[in-house]
Amino acid sequence: MLKDKDRIFTNLYGMHDRSLAGAKTRGHWDGTGQMIRNGRDWIVEKVKGSGLRGRGGAGFPTGLKWSFMPKESDGRPSYLVVNADESEPGTCKDREIMRHDPHTLIEGCLIASFAMNANACYIYIRGEYIREREALQSAIDEAYDAGLLGKNAAKSGWDFNLYLHHGAGAYICGEETALLESLEGRKGMPRMKPPFPAGAGLYGCPTTVNNVESIAVVPTILRRGPEWFTGFGRPNNSGTKLFAISGHVNNPCVVEEAMSISFEELIEKHCGGIRGGWDNLKAVIPGGASVPCIRGENMRDAIMDFDYLREQRSGLGTAAIIVMDQSTDIIKAIWRLSKFYKHESCGQCTPCREGTGWMMRVMERLVTGEAGLEEIDMLLDVTKQVEGHTICALGDAAAWPIQGLIRNFREEIEDRVCSKRTDGISAVAAE
Amino acid sequence: MLRRLHRDQPDDFSFTPANLNWAKAQITKFPEGREASAIIPLLWRAQEQEGWLTRPAIETVADMLGLAYMRALEVASFYFMFQLQPVGSIAHIQICGTTSCMICGAEDLVAICKEKISAQAHVVSQDGKLSWEEVECLGSCTNAPMAQIGKDYYEDLTADRFGEIIDEFRKGGIPKPGPQNNRFSSEPQGGLTSLRDYPRETGQYNASVQRALDRSDTIRRIDGGEEAFVTPWLEKVVAELPSNIKKLPQHATKPATSRVVESKSDHSKHKPATLNGPEEVGADNLKMIKGIGPKIENILNHIGFFHFSQIAKWTIKEVSWVDNNLEGFNGRASRDNWVVQAKLLVAGQNSPIRSRVKNRDIR
Repeated sequence: MLKDKDRIFTNLYGMHDRSLAGAKTRGHWDGTGQMIRNGRDWIVEKVKGSGLRGRGGAGFPTGLKWSFMPKESDGRPSYLVVNADESEPGTCKDREIMRHDPHTLIEGCLIASFAMNANACYIYIRGEYIREREALQSAIDEAYDAGLLGKNAAKSGWDFNLYLHHGAGAYICGEETALLESLEGRKGMPRMKPPFPAGAGLYGCPTTVNNVESIAVVPTILRRGPEWFTGFGRPNNSGTKLFAISGHVNNPCVVEEAMSISFEELIEKHCGGIRGGWDNLKAVIPGGASVPCIRGENMRDAIMDFDYLREQRSGLGTAAIIVMDQSTDIIKAIWRLSKFYKHESCGQCTPCREGTGWMMRVMERLVTGEAGLEEIDMLLDVTKQVEGHTICALGDAAAWPIQGLIRNFREEIEDRVCSKRTDGISAVAAE
Repeated sequence: MLRRLHRDQPDDFSFTPANLNWAKAQITKFPEGREASAIIPLLWRAQEQEGWLTRPAIETVADMLGLAYMRALEVASFYFMFQLQPVGSIAHIQICGTTSCMICGAEDLVAICKEKISAQAHVVSQDGKLSWEEVECLGSCTNAPMAQIGKDYYEDLTADRFGEIIDEFRKGGIPKPGPQNNRFSSEPQGGLTSLRDYPRETGQYNASVQRALDRSDTIRRIDGGEEAFVTPWLEKVVAELPSNIKKLPQHATKPATSRVVESKSDHSKHKPATLNGPEEVGADNLKMIKGIGPKIENILNHIGFFHFSQIAKWTIKEVSWVDNNLEGFNGRASRDNWVVQAKLLVAGQNSPIRSRVKNRDIR
């Protein structure tokens, strides 16, 4: 188990002093100016060397992403945008950082912005996190007062402004280009790529969008060295990670653990076990709503990292683990996700706008059992037609949970349909 | 859930003076020419002030940001936190219904709402005090099931406790937000399994709950006097300042109620010359000045300004008088440089939006 001294978010639960002074006693803001004076390449090399992969779901190497930013400005400013629009069902880790350990994020913003030649950074927090926004804003004000932001921030010689902006309840704004659209004051509809944000992002300027956790771990990585960070987890999956475990465990919680920890250890150590014991485990969604579920019996020995879960045809995503025991109606649980995606589709691409509604309506009938057996394959076919045919990944995200359900729980769906069937006439396909 | 303008709209909207200053300070976060970026915070503040988002409010915000009304309406109708219809006078209750909460009992909470508030979501209860809806994931999944009421999250709910909370709100109280099962925040309920090495320093409540208790503004209508909004970037990095905002926001930090009162008496002698009606040729289309929309034009006509030539002659003190007498739009004349624009128009040159007027984007 990860030791307390190796935890980055030492005030995750907010039980210690949340102010700047408190953050300093826990080691934050220590030598920030010197790290910046070490130069851009030094920072990017260290982050690359740490093997940090983006914590927002996709797992793209953070250092590599930073290196896509132009080294010399062509006259346009560069921007760092922090994606704090945490809306993936199951995910509630960034909230704890922002309200209880905000200075990790603020310090990370300064360092990362410098590494990308950006003098300004916007944090885009989801609109519903009102208290978290207030807490983060007062931490920012505190940092300005202490000279850690603004002109010659933290005596580094770098002028840096950090602005907190918020959304208003659109899941799609967690997609990076939709977030930029929203930040520019429009509907959050994703943009076509290319151009990628590193070439033309916010206001047409080079921009990098990073998750809160990716940015907040950077100062500690630089202070303790990339070797320390790679010491946790399997190769290519290094570091520590915030896990958010919800659903049918005895003690749901958010906790920082080493990557590649086994599922069993994570649940037994921190969550007090599965409700009703391991035999009662039915299914697990290991990485937030958009990844396919895994059957309980295959999950006990699972290794919680990007590569292992990908091999299981699922994913680590945001490490938001939804645990479901035998009492759960798994078809209904996935139907609820289909409803979520239908609600959150921005309506820009036809396969997603129409497909999410279509999938939800078929799922609805699978829940009640009032469907034909052939509709299971029809539904699978539709998910394949939505997947990969949209501008952003929301179409894929809507398709995957259903594919995971059919792959893992086909008999259960068939049983329900058969037991409901009376006269053998199948319902007509959704409108 | 109404995603278009509600049938019954109030006649008017204006920000309270403090909210107006707050809104102007928000705009300074963005580079010159990118004021539109501030639309979501401004619309949100309008909703916090009024309870729901009205058509005049959307139009006021559009005017402030130099946007066509349609652009503002499409933002208002896209984002689900904007309530485009009236909500309960005390509170609008939002229950998270997505999978994590659903499997932990969110459906029971919905049943309570149906029983205690109204059978349908978005329908105000008979006493007019409450309304409810089921929303998508609110990002508090380890504390499921939960509901957002006003600014706050009520977490780790049971159906019984939730029923009590609704009753307390109805009676005018504000129950303590946060976890309802004596948990501190999102740590394991059975006791800490990590971070035990450090002594516990903070009080009884987590950051969110503490703020809620300190301010007791969970369901209050926000008039802007609650907190100061500071804009340290303005003092510290002047080079980044958009030129048209440079003069503005020192007052962003202080409550502005007093400012308006004092200025009205102080500046009355600086009232510019007005006319009783337009000259024979007819009134100019003042909307050709960037920053003037139909509403402001109306106010100006009412005061007695009909022509570009009048505006072009204002002195600095007179501009300041106008700034303070544009009800709901204080500070507009100087922010948008009306005098300069009017001079250009008198000289027959283009104002920034003249071409748009010509193209009949704006009438």
